[in-house]
This record gives sequence, C-alpha cells and structure tokens, in this order.
Amino acid sequence: MTVKFTELAYTNVDEFVYGFAKKPVKCANGMVIGGGTVYPEINMTLPMMSITEETMPKVLAQYEEMIHGVCSMGVELKVPGMIVEIELLPPCTFNPQWGIDVTKVVKGVMKEYETKFGLKSLLRMTPVDVREGKALKHMYKGAEWDQVMDTMKGCAANGADFLAIESVGGKHLHDESVMNIDLPKAVFSLGIVGCRDMIILWDEIVKISAANNVIASGDTACGFANTSMVMGHKNFIPKVFAAIDRVMCAVRTMVAVECGAVGPDKDCGYEGVYLKAITGTPISMEGRVAACAHSSAVGNVSLALADCWSNESVENVRLLGNMAPTVSMEQLIYDCRQMNVATAKGLALQMRDILVESDNKYDPTAYIMTPSVVLKIAGEIIKGKTHFERTKIAAGATITELRAAVLSGFLELGPKEMKYLDIFEKQLKSIPADEAQFTADMIKANPKHDLRMYDIS
Amino acid sequence: MFDFSGLSNAVIAGDEDVVLDLAQQAINAKVDPLSIINDGLIAGMNVVGARFKVNDMYVPEVLMSAAAMKAGVALVKPLLISGEVTTKGTVVIGTVTGDLHDIGKSLVGMMMECSGYAVIDLGVDVSGDDFVAAIKANKAEIVALSCMLTTTMLQMKTTIEVLAAQGVRKDVKVIIGGAPITQEFSDNIGSDGYATDAAGAVDLITKLLN
Repeated sequence: MTVKFTELAYTNVDEFVYGFAKKPVKCANGMVIGGGTVYPEINMTLPMMSITEETMPKVLAQYEEMIHGVCSMGVELKVPGMIVEIELLPPCTFNPQWGIDVTKVVKGVMKEYETKFGLKSLLRMTPVDVREGKALKHMYKGAEWDQVMDTMKGCAANGADFLAIESVGGKHLHDESVMNIDLPKAVFSLGIVGCRDMIILWDEIVKISAANNVIASGDTACGFANTSMVMGHKNFIPKVFAAIDRVMCAVRTMVAVECGAVGPDKDCGYEGVYLKAITGTPISMEGRVAACAHSSAVGNVSLALADCWSNESVENVRLLGNMAPTVSMEQLIYDCRQMNVATAKGLALQMRDILVESDNKYDPTAYIMTPSVVLKIAGEIIKGKTHFERTKIAAGATITELRAAVLSGFLELGPKEMKYLDIFEKQLKSIPADEAQFTADMIKANPKHDLRMYDIS
Repeated sequence: MFDFSGLSNAVIAGDEDVVLDLAQQAINAKVDPLSIINDGLIAGMNVVGARFKVNDMYVPEVLMSAAAMKAGVALVKPLLISGEVTTKGTVVIGTVTGDLHDIGKSLVGMMMECSGYAVIDLGVDVSGDDFVAAIKANKAEIVALSCMLTTTMLQMKTTIEVLAAQGVRKDVKVIIGGAPITQEFSDNIGSDGYATDAAGAVDLITKLLN
C-alpha cells in the first residue's frame, strides 16, 4: 500500500492547537469533535472481579453503576457533551455476546440521560485485540480474528458511535526490541510488520463501521510506545528510546486513517499529535488526569493539542469524594471547561504554550510533543514513500531534533542519554535501504517468530 | 590467589569475549571452578543487580551482563564436581489465566535470572495445571504469578488452590505481583509474598528461600 498523506494538514503552528482539527468529526447528536470545543472522554473499568457466564449479571450491574455516575456528573456540571470509552476486557471479546451486552447497557443509560436531561454523549467501543497468546495460529483467520471482528460488528450494531482498537500486530517483536533497545527490530516491527497488519485490520474495521453507520475512530501504540515510555519513566531503558519509538509509532497508527478512520484517535496514543499534524484528524489525549492509571512525564503537554481529554482508565472503587469514575469525570470536565474558556477569551495559544513549556524541557517524549517540533518532524516523515521509509525517517529526525534541543538548552538530558542517541543513530544507519532485503534479514535473525502467521515470508 | 576483579568487571561491562578469555585464564591457572563462578562471575552480577536497583544501569545493559556471565558459567560448568550447585534456586514464573500481559513478568524473570536463579518462564495465560506441571518437572522452589487486570487478580487465588489440590503447595513458596496487586490482597489469597517491582521480587525470593 502506498502512503496517502504527502502534505501536512498544518503549516502554521499558530493554527495547531487544542480543540480545533482541520478535519473535525461531526456527529449525529450535534457534537463536533475538533470543532473548537474540548470534550471530556471518560474511560472506566471493573473492580476486582472475575468475568464468567455466572458473574455477567454483576459485571453489567457494575457498568450500569459507573455510567449512571459519570452521566450524573455530566448533567450536574452542565457538560456541553461527553464521550464514554469502554475498553472491553478480554473475556468480553473472547465472548462477543458479552461485549455486546456491555454495549447495550452502557448505551441504554446514555440514551436515558439524553432523553431526561438533554445530555449529549457518544460511545466509543474498543474491543480487545486478542490476536496473541499461545493458541494463536494466524492473525487474519481463525478464532481470535473472528472474535475481534464479531465483537466489532456486535458493538457497532448495538449502540457504539465510534469503533477503536489497540492493535497488537508486531508487538511480540517490538517487546524484544524494547527490552534490548534494538532500534532496527523496532523499525521492522512497526514500519513493516505493524503497518502491514494495520492495513488488513483497519480495512475490515472501516467496512464494519460503514455497514453500521458508525465512525471508525482510530488506533493507538499502547502496546508499543507506551511500553517504552513506561520503561523509560522507570529508568529501565533510555528515555530517548521511548521518544524515538513514539514518533516511529505515528507512522503505524496513521495507517488507520489511511484506511479510512476519521478520528478522534485513541487517548493513549500520544503519537496522535503527529497524526493530527499530518492528517488533520482530531485526537483524544490523556495526561495528568490519567495518573489514576499510570504515571507519565507528559501530564500537561499532552493537553496542548487535545480535542478530547481522557483519564485512560479507572476502576470502579469507592473514593472519599465518590466512585472513582465519577471523580475522574469531574476532573476531566473542569480541565475541559478551563481550556474552552481560554479559547473563548482568545487565549488558546497562550494556554497551549503554558501547558507545553511546563513539561517539555524535562523529558524527551514531552519535548517531541511540542507543537513546533511536531510540525518539523512530521514534515520530514511525509517525505517517505513507504511506511518503512517513513518509520526510518521518523527515528532519524527525532534523534536530530533531540540532539539539537539539548545543545540549544531546550531539553535537559544527561550524558548517558546523549550517549544512547549516538548509539541509536549508528543502529539506524545499519538498516539497509531495501525493504525486501531488510525483511529477509530480520526474518533470518528472528527465527523464533513465525511471521507466516502475518502472511509474511 | 587469582585476581577476580577483571573477570567481575567484564561481567559488569557485558563484554562476553573478555569474560571468556579471563575465565579460561583462571581455568588454566587451576583456580577452583566453583570459585570462578562465585567469586568472579556471580560477584560481577551482584554488582550489576545493585546498580540496577539504584537506576545506574538500564535493563538492556543488565541483559548483556547476564549473557556474559552465562557464557562464562557455560565454560566453567563442565569442570564442576558432580552435585555442586550453580544456581540459588528454581523459579517458575507466568501470567495467570485470562491475562495476556507479558513484559512486566518477563522483566521480573530476567532480574531473577541475573541474580543467580534458574527461571522457567511459562509465558502468559497460564493455567494452574500448567504451573503444577512445571513445578514438578523442574523441582521449583518458587512460583511467581503475574497479572495486570483487576479482572484476572482472582485467578491468582484459583491458581494457588490448584497447587494445593494437586499436592504441590507445601513444596513451593508463591509470590505475586502486577499493577493491581497489594500486600493485603496477597495476604488474603494465601500467597507467601508480594513485591512492587523486579528488584523487590528478587529480594523477596532471597528472603523466602533463606
């Protein structure tokens, strides 16, 4: 597949701001994502409990309680609109009917609040990509593929407004690349295996969305760059690897849009800022309010370009203030109010820059999320003619920008991190220009991974 | 007396070639093979573990050190007298049924291996029966259970019950870990211990086995 986006959606950094996307998503209930308003996107999950046929009534009761709580908060705080994301848990994708039942319960309550209180809301359903594990024989046929697709279809037919996924094609290779900070293997897993997988997967999701009149929203590098980011945050690997990995992941995540997804892109894909820069697609992001799910070094900068603002995920447990999802909802609504008032007062760019500058000198991932840096690197990425080329360019341009930022005093990096920038540059130069040759080399070097399950040989 | 500092430093640097060269020199000098392992190779790895614990080394650097140490051990091991032990114990590790999260568990296994334990990694979505089979086959002393989801935590309890039902619970210490796990949960399900991270897990099993 040839790449589709060969120009940036943004050429003026002053247009590149939260709440506004070049290609806003207009929804049937009147909400426009990327049309000037930042909306809260709440994501919640179950507390400690098993999911079995016997416990499913209790599971559904949990979802019902959570959605009542967040919708009540939406009404109480007069939210102009909200998005609810349900990332289904594995049993609810292994058993598509259970995922459908969750969709029906959640959407039912959302409709109730719309009817009674006029609360505008949209439901993003995210089945689990269960195409991994010992039993998996093939990525595109067999039980796992069917379960993902049946759950997508069932969610689309029973109340989802958006379909999304955190896809895992190439993740087994990528995990090894992170553990060994092996940049060529990361390029292979993302730019070749991952991108090819995304084409097949997203072609189907877009078809399902069209057939059910729902919106194909987007993917995320959750299993990829988020793994590196967390590892870097814990000082297990160099933080610069995580930053390079993040930008490379943008090429893979963007394949969803090349296949027809229109956004808003998924919250945990911090590479979404590159997606927005290149495709104009609105993005959901997460940061400081997602500390309930994981720590990060990008708590503020991640809000600077967000069109939806998410908490990542919170389990349904009691806090002093309220149940945790309701507490998260309140936090998100107040953040969004602040952002939207800044826009209304003509202060959006100042607000954006405050958010950026409060984070971006302390961490390389935060730095590469700086709007001007995003546009600069994105401008290099689109010069690549294939996903493989773009992934390599992404890595090289990120290394160049990080090094320049340190030398200019815009980014604080220790000597050990700088040493690894040099190491990764050498690793990158070792990758041949020819994709077929590189693929053959990588298959030979990784005999324990049978890529025939991807139809790659 | 043989100076092991060069050998230990080569392990710390992850330089396999130098490790093999210096280990061979020690063998040629008729140094006790067990001493080469304990005072040279494992001593170097102990420094690596300590430095990793205080964020002075990255995981990939630890892995290189571990690979260098393993190469040295492989060279020396055939010279050991039968019955001499080169590991601190055997750990069976895996992510419990229904949970596909892998990398945190792998990290814990790696740190245990680097600290001198033999590690049998069963991967993800591992049933109680598979844990029992691995314990029996490898005469494991420790079982390490991992999970990342609130909805798979209770599989840890189920796994411990399977170990008891199949008569192996008394033979092993069970430790647990993962994002949603707490000490209270560990106590409630009858586990022998809980650690918040890989370094803590190594300390925990060392304590449990001593």
